[in-house]
Amino acid sequence: MHFFAKQSRGLLHKVAGSAIISLSVGLLAGAQAEDVKVGVLHSLTGTMAISEITVKNATLLAIEEINKKGGVMGKKIASVIEDGASEPATFAQKAQKLIEQDKVSTVFGGWTSASRKAMLPVFERLDNLLWYPVQFEGNECSPNIMYSGAQPNQQILPAFDWAVEKGYKKYFLVGSDYVFPRTANLIVKKHIENDKLTLTGEEYVPLGGTDFSSVINKIKAGGPAIIFNTINGDSNVAFFKQLAAAGLTAKDYPVMSFSIAEQEAKAIGPKLLEGSYAAWNYFMSLPNASNKAFIKAYAAKYGKDQLITDPMIHGYVDVYVWKAAVEKARSFEPDKVRKAAVTLKEINTPMGKIKFDANQSLYQTAYVGQLKADGQFKILWDSKKNLKPEPYDALAFPGKTCKP
Amino acid sequence: MGDTALFLGQLFNGVSVGSILLIAALGLALSFGLMRVINMAHGEFIMIGGYLAFLAHQIIPSGASLWLALPLAFVGTFLLGALLESTLIRRLYGRPLDTLLATWGLSLILQQAARQIFGPTGVEVTAPAWLSGAINFSGALSGLTIPHVRIFVIVLALLILGGLLLLINKTRLGMLVRAVNQNREVASTLGVNTRLIDMTVFAIGAGLAGLGGAALALISPVTPTVGQSYIVDAFLVVILGGLGSLAGTTIASFVVGLFSAGLQTFTSVSFAKVLLLAGVVAFLQWKPKGIVVMKSRALEEA
Repeated sequence: MHFFAKQSRGLLHKVAGSAIISLSVGLLAGAQAEDVKVGVLHSLTGTMAISEITVKNATLLAIEEINKKGGVMGKKIASVIEDGASEPATFAQKAQKLIEQDKVSTVFGGWTSASRKAMLPVFERLDNLLWYPVQFEGNECSPNIMYSGAQPNQQILPAFDWAVEKGYKKYFLVGSDYVFPRTANLIVKKHIENDKLTLTGEEYVPLGGTDFSSVINKIKAGGPAIIFNTINGDSNVAFFKQLAAAGLTAKDYPVMSFSIAEQEAKAIGPKLLEGSYAAWNYFMSLPNASNKAFIKAYAAKYGKDQLITDPMIHGYVDVYVWKAAVEKARSFEPDKVRKAAVTLKEINTPMGKIKFDANQSLYQTAYVGQLKADGQFKILWDSKKNLKPEPYDALAFPGKTCKP
Repeated sequence: MGDTALFLGQLFNGVSVGSILLIAALGLALSFGLMRVINMAHGEFIMIGGYLAFLAHQIIPSGASLWLALPLAFVGTFLLGALLESTLIRRLYGRPLDTLLATWGLSLILQQAARQIFGPTGVEVTAPAWLSGAINFSGALSGLTIPHVRIFVIVLALLILGGLLLLINKTRLGMLVRAVNQNREVASTLGVNTRLIDMTVFAIGAGLAGLGGAALALISPVTPTVGQSYIVDAFLVVILGGLGSLAGTTIASFVVGLFSAGLQTFTSVSFAKVLLLAGVVAFLQWKPKGIVVMKSRALEEA
């Protein structure tokens, strides 16, 4: 009866509580001149809140841990939290506010590619630095963004290679209708063509759409195939419910998802998803000691039974990399921090040893996991080594490179 | 999967989507169609219905919870609708823009309330075992499957429609609703408590949305923002059907459902939506009053 336990704190309590917290954060930020300010910019309301609130939580946990150990270069980190409200335009406004008014030295945040693309010109114009924690479609390279989330060659293509290795010949691509799924699928299609495999169909449903009846009919019309799923957010619930209702079994139509982590799996319902695949650079079930310590620390701060996801770990790791880069640069200047960040040695994190490449993306390992009944992923495959990030896929975007 | 099977499958999908639209739009056909209240929070009643279905599942953790979920969702959203009408909507009659703004604000408040109470990730409502199967065809129609849960939603939509038609056409309350809709002043002078009728109609509309929400939870997500995915389509079919006409809303729901399933056979889901909206706009240019034109004094003044 977990739900009723939650009930004991009334709505007003919670609202008041969060108001007090944000007030105190504001006061804190203005209180001590010797603090260093950083921005934390995520959607705390709107459709993306489901995913982004926990990334914000993980980011704040890292800040708290660092402060407990004496801060950065003798200064405490004061976080200024802002709500992007699931609106790209709001993300751009809030980024500007953080940099100009709050004078933050760097910002951690963003989730959707739309929010990142809206913030990019702000960070370039005001020459600040954004740490972006989510896997994305690549095809972008800004000196003012640290791309810690996976590039296509660190998530989508490893999953594709895994499927090829498993002997899957037919592919069906389904996604939400926006930049990440379309670009990701463009890359996958090039590789399907290149490997002489079959594409049985490609479908896009508006973001937030709940009707997949026709899509499922088309999947069946093409015959058994592995489904590559780049549907984002709540629509996944409708997709999997309707897939199950139509009797499409995981045996004939296995699904490989790129936006479903432990938290989303819980929301969709492990019963519906059991046996389906996901590709990430981190799973909560990773057995390393650093991960176990993180899970414990997160539970201590935010309560038991919390699920940890790949973007949360990236949000957490980003703060530590920023700290190391600041200490190496002996400066909080975004420009110096950015240059130092790409020359750091490997850092040990819950997702393994990581470091940034010269192109400001992260070296990381790819994993394929299969969802179990308990909502955790069983890791089936990994890339054995950290993959070098490639922002521009050679087949899909020939000749384009990153010029840091 | 043969062409015939694909065609029949899409035909069924059209009817299925039509029934979902009907469930989403019937409540709005009352509040918007009969009372001219532009209720931007209509989708949130659907959302709350889904959450009440989840609560029912917490109370009876078995497949039977559905039989508690449907009445609970109806009663819960009915009461909420009555409360909102008597405290907020009532003060804004005849001020469509203010109503639009106020109900939009209300929809944001309800969404955030759901997020605070149940968390942002949505909750799990799954169909009971007897609804989880599907009818599978073989032979010439192999590949055609008719999921039980979709049949259930179609049947429920038709039951709701039938119940509503009986209520409006065969009961004393229905007669009063029709009277107020035709001529508010005369009804009022004849002693009809128009305020109570307004509240009842709005509450029934909200209740139907909630009831629908409990059923739609079986095939769609239950999240704080799920109402947003129904609201535009619901307004679309009410306007296309013709204001004040339940028959029009019904016809429009199935026309839109079949149209979109048909278009989606040949083109992508996103593009089908574009074509559909263009079609609706074109139709309204030709027939501004929609498919079924109602004659009533209230409408002429509106």
